[in-house]
Amino acid sequence: MEFGFTIAAYVVAAVLFILSLGGLSGQESAKRAVWYGIVSMALAVFATLVGPGQGLWLLSLLLIAGGGTIGYVVAQRVQMTEMPQLVAAMHSLVGLAAVFVGFNAHIEMGNVLAMSHEAREGLEGFAALLAHKSPVELSILKVEVFLGIFIGAVTFTGSVVAYGKLAGKVGSAATKLPGGHMLNAGAAGLSFLCLIWYFNTGGFLPLALMTLAALFIGYHLIMGIGGADMPVVVSMLNSYSGWAAAAIGFSLGNDLLIVVGALVGSSGAILSYIMCKAMNRSFVSVILGGFGGTAGPQMEVEGEQIAIDAEGVSTALEEADSIVIIPGYGMAVAQAQQNVAELTRRLRAKGKEVRFAIHPVAGRLPGHMNVLLAEAKVPYDIVMEMDEINDDFPETDVAIVIGSNDIVNPAAQEDPNSPIAGMPVLECWKAKQVFVSKRGQGTGYSGIENPLFFKENTRMFYGDAKASLDQLLTMIQ
Amino acid sequence: MNSGRIGAVTNKRHAVGRSLFAALQRISCGTAAKCLRNYLAQGRENHCDPYLMGAGTAKPRGTDTVKIGTPKEIFKGEARVAMTPDSARQLQKLGYDCAIETGAGAAAGFSDATYVDAGVEIIKTPAALWKSADIVAKVRQPTDVELKRMTKGKTLISFFNPAGNTEGMELAKSKGANVIAMEMVPRISRAQKMDALSSMANIAGYRAVIEAGNNFGRFFTGQITAAGKVPPAKVLVVGAGVAGLAAIGTSTSLGAITLAFDVRPEVAEQVESMGAEFVYLDFEEDQADGAATGGYAAVSSPEFREAQLAKFRELAPEVDIVITTALIPNREAPELWTEDMVAAMKPGSVIVDLAAEKGGNCKLTVMDEKIVTDNGVTIIGYTDFPSRMAAQSSTLYATNIRHMMTDLTPEKDGQINHDMEDDVIRGATVTFEKEITFPPPPPKIQAIAAKPKETVPELTPEEKRAAEVAAFKAATKQQVTLLGVGAALMLLVGTVAPPSFMQHFIVFVLACFVGFQVIWGVAHSLHTPLMAVTNAISSIIILGALMQIGSGSFLVILLASLSIFMAGINIFGGFLVTRRMLAMFQKS
Repeated sequence: MEFGFTIAAYVVAAVLFILSLGGLSGQESAKRAVWYGIVSMALAVFATLVGPGQGLWLLSLLLIAGGGTIGYVVAQRVQMTEMPQLVAAMHSLVGLAAVFVGFNAHIEMGNVLAMSHEAREGLEGFAALLAHKSPVELSILKVEVFLGIFIGAVTFTGSVVAYGKLAGKVGSAATKLPGGHMLNAGAAGLSFLCLIWYFNTGGFLPLALMTLAALFIGYHLIMGIGGADMPVVVSMLNSYSGWAAAAIGFSLGNDLLIVVGALVGSSGAILSYIMCKAMNRSFVSVILGGFGGTAGPQMEVEGEQIAIDAEGVSTALEEADSIVIIPGYGMAVAQAQQNVAELTRRLRAKGKEVRFAIHPVAGRLPGHMNVLLAEAKVPYDIVMEMDEINDDFPETDVAIVIGSNDIVNPAAQEDPNSPIAGMPVLECWKAKQVFVSKRGQGTGYSGIENPLFFKENTRMFYGDAKASLDQLLTMIQ
Repeated sequence: MNSGRIGAVTNKRHAVGRSLFAALQRISCGTAAKCLRNYLAQGRENHCDPYLMGAGTAKPRGTDTVKIGTPKEIFKGEARVAMTPDSARQLQKLGYDCAIETGAGAAAGFSDATYVDAGVEIIKTPAALWKSADIVAKVRQPTDVELKRMTKGKTLISFFNPAGNTEGMELAKSKGANVIAMEMVPRISRAQKMDALSSMANIAGYRAVIEAGNNFGRFFTGQITAAGKVPPAKVLVVGAGVAGLAAIGTSTSLGAITLAFDVRPEVAEQVESMGAEFVYLDFEEDQADGAATGGYAAVSSPEFREAQLAKFRELAPEVDIVITTALIPNREAPELWTEDMVAAMKPGSVIVDLAAEKGGNCKLTVMDEKIVTDNGVTIIGYTDFPSRMAAQSSTLYATNIRHMMTDLTPEKDGQINHDMEDDVIRGATVTFEKEITFPPPPPKIQAIAAKPKETVPELTPEEKRAAEVAAFKAATKQQVTLLGVGAALMLLVGTVAPPSFMQHFIVFVLACFVGFQVIWGVAHSLHTPLMAVTNAISSIIILGALMQIGSGSFLVILLASLSIFMAGINIFGGFLVTRRMLAMFQKS
């Protein structure tokens, strides 16, 4: 009876979870969608608590409340620019939880198998499930537990390293231990051997050995990926945390875990795919780190970077009718989104058309820029995607590039030898005038020279983005 | 270098001045000149100082300071001047001294006094100016008399017409003068700032419309007044180069209906962006891309010419004003507006022929004159449009010269660095160190467009259809293969795995499928909230921990507790932060 209730609750929860993800197709429906997610999560936890085989529910509730408080405080305090770190950190928790749950499944399995046949009959919950498994089912269970722990462990260290890189606690450059990919391959091979070992013996040692190998893979894989590829990494880890949940769902025979794990896993996979496509690079080359080999010498950049002061920019803005702003990670670093929003408000008040062009990989997280602009109260209907706005640049009077570099690099289209050749970019150089707000003359994250800065219609507005915009705001009233 | 110190001790200026001169004898010549110049610049702001007034006249000449001089134009009717007070100030910032022949700027509206205010030395006679200046900047092609005044090492910057002025080049060569011909500045983006032909063409285009209006008896713009309806004037601009585009801009802003034609179809977009209507021909030919010839038009085939003339013939009775600007470098101007077209035009119509200097696009044009034909059509063949707006054209030309000097003075130290490796300088130089360097080699960088674009052949409807069918077939094939492989794998798993596993497996596959379908619909701008929310719901792993916590083993309880705790952080943190983010998205 109770078991039937749990299953029914799971079905409702699964439907709500799907609706919760589907609702993110629009800004307004998204607000409703979060509630679906919250309700379904509450329902799922409640159904499990009252379900069969549950003990210590008071302890469970206390733990949830304790964790919830921390989560609440963190969620309230976090700055929107710190979103990438937060997401990475939270992934690591899911990964670690998956490892623990996997270990538990292993321990339980050992306990149950050691029991006498009579004792097994008296078991409840997960143990009861285990007790009724046939030998074949138990072998499959071993594989499932093994996979769950493996993916969980990779997710855990991977996310910790990603967190470190995004939070600036670890250098963002791609670093590899001597041996490079061979080390990863070795660790993966070791894990595979452990799988066979574990499959045959069911002992704890191969499991522990594999966990260490997986932890190493997670660490080393993400260390080898540069900062500019972080959007892919974060969405990939997102995907992994889902697959880990699904694998654990298999081992526990819990359909809701499987459904949600699969949803999250496919969501992360699609995000990774979109990010890779936006950089015109294959998933494998991103994950293995480094850019693909270049075919020849890069095109020489001709001309000079011409600087301009705030006065020049403000004059041009006063005269312009249509303006497109292209924000990048530099805006997030300088915390300049409020100034950008203020500038936008003032320009719009003067009846000028101001729009934002967002490249899919701008920032360190998919959709990072949208969130920052939303935080600064830039209305979302003037924030455009690359495909929506790229054709409008020739009719644009002024394009302002704030802290982005590779996503506006014309070399991607003009120079077949460029490391980013073929990457879709925002064609801002087609605007009548381009202003680039940039700290100095250096190259971007990927270290590629940007011919945009040397174009005839480009003017460099050097300085910290926030300070530059402050100066500009004093001139535009 | 010393000016700051001098400024600080104003009342001791005499003493400092003398010590400065003493210092001059010790340090090198170039630096000395610089010190002195700084010192003199200080003096100009303090005219009352007797010592400095003296220093002004006792200023060392020639060898120490490089002087740029501009003589008065001697060509009859030429009102332009190659240096304005503004440009002189900029040139002085580069470290040069400036001098001008007395009255050189008068015709352009710049009096000697304004030059003096800008710190320019006024020189009485042309001979003295040519003698003292190291660099001579002027507008018109120099005469033999002027060229003979050049001596070795001097630089002349001017229009020079090198293609039709071999004697001039020979003379300059024999004198050892370095000549930079302003019309030879290559047409590359970097050199636009010194492209005097373009700045003069711009003025000519504007002035052409104004002259036409002056001779045209009606309004440009259409009006409906109490005294009756006035139709708008119809203007045809032939040739959409710089002059043509300027004419189009002026004409549309005066309110006329403007048509424009050019042999280069790629300029249609520019024409339309200026508000005119591009006249297309029904003619199939591989058009040479104008970018390959440095942005100039190339000679067209006889068939094309016929089609073009037929179109003009059709337009002739309709248009009120025709402005022809068609020129091909170093060739007689092509005849585009034939006598029968002139005859077909309405009385009172105006033709402005900007190609008059090269024979005219209309054969009836008389160079430098305005004539009226028997049927009352006015044909203007002036060649001095820029000179008619001397104040404007001098300003622009002087700026072009100033930019040229900036490029010639990379160090901003008042010393000319005639870098023959530089494409722009090399291209414009026609004689250098007793050598004729005309014509220049092709520039290392291609002009304007890097290479002719590979035009994608227009697909016929059948081909398009075939391509679509092929794409559809390929997609179907791919999908069917994938499905087939997937189904086969599934069946294979089914044969070995127990039914209990298969039940879960089906749920898993369906969930993946639903996930893929749903996530594609998520808006790009909501990717960050998507990640936060998937992160929150991936803590569904809490269910596993909750199921295990009831077990008797202490270790299991501990691990499960930790998992529940972490998942708890994630659930609350993830959902709350998502809500926070979504609440921020606002519509305008």
